[in-house]
Amino acid sequence: MPDLSTNCAGIKSPNPFWLASAPPTNSGLQVQRAFGAGWGGAVWKTLGQPIQNVSSRFGATTIRGVQAAGFNNIELITDRSLEVNFREVAETKRLFPKHAVVVSLMVESREEWRDIIKRSIDAGADGLELNFGCPHGMCERGMGSAVGQEPKINQEITSWAVEYSTVPVLVKLTPNVGNIVPHGMAARRGGAHGVSLINTIKSIISVDIDRFVPEPRVAGLSTNGGYCGAAVKPIALHMVAALAREKDFGIPISGIGGISNWRDAVEFILLGSSSVQVCTEVMLRGYRVVEDMLEGLTEYMRTHNFATIDQMVGRAVPAFAEWGDLDLNYETVAKIDANKCIGCHVCVAACHDGAHQCIHPSTNGTRVPTVDESECVGCNLCQIVCPVPGCITMEEVKNGFQPATWNDHVTNHKPLRPKKGAH
Amino acid sequence: MGNVLPTGRSEEVFDDAKPAMSREQALAEANRCLFCTDAPCIKACPTAIDIPQFIRKISTGNVRGSARTIFESNILGMSCARVCPVEVLCVGACVYNHMHSPPIQIGRLQRYATDAAFDADWRFFEAGQDSGKSIALIGAGPASLACAHELRRHGHRCTIYEQKMGVGGLNTTGVAPYKMRADRSVQEAEWVLRIGGIDVRHGATVGSSVSLAQLEQQHDAVFIGAGLGADSRLNAPGEDTPGVVGAVHWIERMKLGCVDLSAVKHCVIVGGGNTAIDCVREALGLGVRSVTMVYRADESAMPGYEHEWAAAKKAGARAEWRAVVTAFEGTPSLQRVRCQRVDADKRPVPGSEFTLDADLALLAIGQSKLGQLFAGLAGIALDKGRIVTDADGRTGRAGWFAAGDCANGGKEVVNAAAEGKRAAIAIHNHLLQRSSGKSNGRPHA
Repeated sequence: MPDLSTNCAGIKSPNPFWLASAPPTNSGLQVQRAFGAGWGGAVWKTLGQPIQNVSSRFGATTIRGVQAAGFNNIELITDRSLEVNFREVAETKRLFPKHAVVVSLMVESREEWRDIIKRSIDAGADGLELNFGCPHGMCERGMGSAVGQEPKINQEITSWAVEYSTVPVLVKLTPNVGNIVPHGMAARRGGAHGVSLINTIKSIISVDIDRFVPEPRVAGLSTNGGYCGAAVKPIALHMVAALAREKDFGIPISGIGGISNWRDAVEFILLGSSSVQVCTEVMLRGYRVVEDMLEGLTEYMRTHNFATIDQMVGRAVPAFAEWGDLDLNYETVAKIDANKCIGCHVCVAACHDGAHQCIHPSTNGTRVPTVDESECVGCNLCQIVCPVPGCITMEEVKNGFQPATWNDHVTNHKPLRPKKGAH
Repeated sequence: MGNVLPTGRSEEVFDDAKPAMSREQALAEANRCLFCTDAPCIKACPTAIDIPQFIRKISTGNVRGSARTIFESNILGMSCARVCPVEVLCVGACVYNHMHSPPIQIGRLQRYATDAAFDADWRFFEAGQDSGKSIALIGAGPASLACAHELRRHGHRCTIYEQKMGVGGLNTTGVAPYKMRADRSVQEAEWVLRIGGIDVRHGATVGSSVSLAQLEQQHDAVFIGAGLGADSRLNAPGEDTPGVVGAVHWIERMKLGCVDLSAVKHCVIVGGGNTAIDCVREALGLGVRSVTMVYRADESAMPGYEHEWAAAKKAGARAEWRAVVTAFEGTPSLQRVRCQRVDADKRPVPGSEFTLDADLALLAIGQSKLGQLFAGLAGIALDKGRIVTDADGRTGRAGWFAAGDCANGGKEVVNAAAEGKRAAIAIHNHLLQRSSGKSNGRPHA
């Protein structure tokens, strides 16, 4: 039986599934119910000077009937008093001593940081997460992403927190930057024990086209919010992997961003995350989604012979390369399994209109399209649009050329195979 | 127009077998559509509606555009959404069937979009600039309505000669009420006619109150959309006994008025086609406890649709296969039907006689063909009473066209709609050709 227990930057939990700092971790009763449902850890809704929130707060994007494929919010940090929050942190730790309770923090002055860190640790926090990521509301007051976007400020505040803390400190990074690496490095220089990313992405989720007001609508106005949910996963994966492969970085990562199921979690772990944090899927479906996450991860580890989470962390990072290191002579073509094909011709339209015009309706009276392999560039589009799993596969073609990357070609004049689909 | 139907019609007891979809249902179903290219469902539709496109428009909330797509191909798309045998047409062709997944409910989605158009009274089409030409159309059923509407889009004036007081033909008088009630068909016909310039002459019986020569003289072309005639007879002893009724006649009475079945304990339906199955389900729905179909061949050979018979069986229908009716007995009204088994070659099996109790017997063994009405016109050829045409509805007589049941022998509403529209285009080309002085050759595109 694989061991799911997790140690992320010194913060231990029975499994790598943590709730991210967000509405699902707003109160002690919520976090206790989540632990009861199986969550391994929780990052408490960010504490600071309690704020006043607006109504409404959330928006979502729906595509072809899939509700909330992307999600955004304009909610701020906790609106409850610090006393109540700390009392509930302590109560939660008393009830769930082996679960990870990480307290997210966001304040302004050095004194405030010292004070709130002490109170958090006194309440029993297993770790701290510095919220340098929130892209709406708080940043306009000089906090949140206003800190995360300035490496010097990030490093300085991190160093204060590390100085005052006796528990591990995670810095939560904002994705609203051109390159994540300098920001992760700033947290590291400040002494952070780990980072968590990504926070939400600055966004306008939608526009009410009858009222001419963006959403979520607050009376007659709206504002930019933080984008999250399944749709942001690719951006998060890239940022996690970019730090994980940075050789001078080397501190643990708690991965966040669009994790909706155990498969997403496995991807984040393989790209370097030691724990994963989930918010949106829980907001959409509730805490019990964790049951499948735990089972799915366990079964994945069993079938892939991973005994511990540590053995998985970063396993796909070495395969994340630069474009110039990809083999230009590697060739694939699409193959359609005639027994599985249902004849929808969706691949025909996709290839003709969106790719290289190499999939044609059959001329033999069936509805199974024909791939012109001499023109197929192996782009994958047909496989992506095909509604039948496993019907279209991308098969390697042995073309007789030795591997040659662009870098090889430029420096060593290695021969490249003839281009396909370029007329 | 004399189209006001009474309330309290027998058909009103039936609920829709396939109820209207809510917006939520329609969105969920529309979002399942794969938007196939060169889609099999389009090919299976006689009117070639761009089904993936109209479904996509539902999914984005463009319901008006969805309805426009449907009506552009089939002006009778509202009734076809209800009465089409989608199981053997578009839905039967849906690629989801090959995935062993439920096919898209195309008929119900089409109903969703077209009902919305009727509810909001959206209009999509205008008459073309007056061409100065006029066309006579015989019959006010689906073929003529589709033909006249298309002719009006080209600016040709139309006169429909209809012997009854109603419009919509069998779509009004013959559709099983759990698919569509008569008032909906009348409403559709009136909606179609609102394009304007279509004069409907009720009570006009071609061949008596108006002659074929007059039609030819007064109009630039003639379209025959006359449908079929009276119910066929078995010519069995006792067939005139009260209680023995032609199926199409009986259905019309049930739909337009009231039939009293309170005294009917046993009903026998003779035939194995879709009209027979309709009668079975209608009699059961109107409260007759014992309904038995008598068909001369095996279940597997019945011409009625499998899915319709399955529904009838579920409703409680029974059947006597490989049996023919030899006599109707009873005085003063029907009491029993005498039957006999037949072999695979439909020859009577000696000694296999049996009787079925029956207070009502409905004969659903076909309708007479009306082609004979036109047999006197040189050039018009008949095939077993059917008017022979080419694929575009041209008869052998210049300027005379035909479509729908009178030409195809009796098919679906959607076939009549498709053929009627195709004939309208052929008529338009014929008129263009004539005015440009050409006497033959292929019509203009």
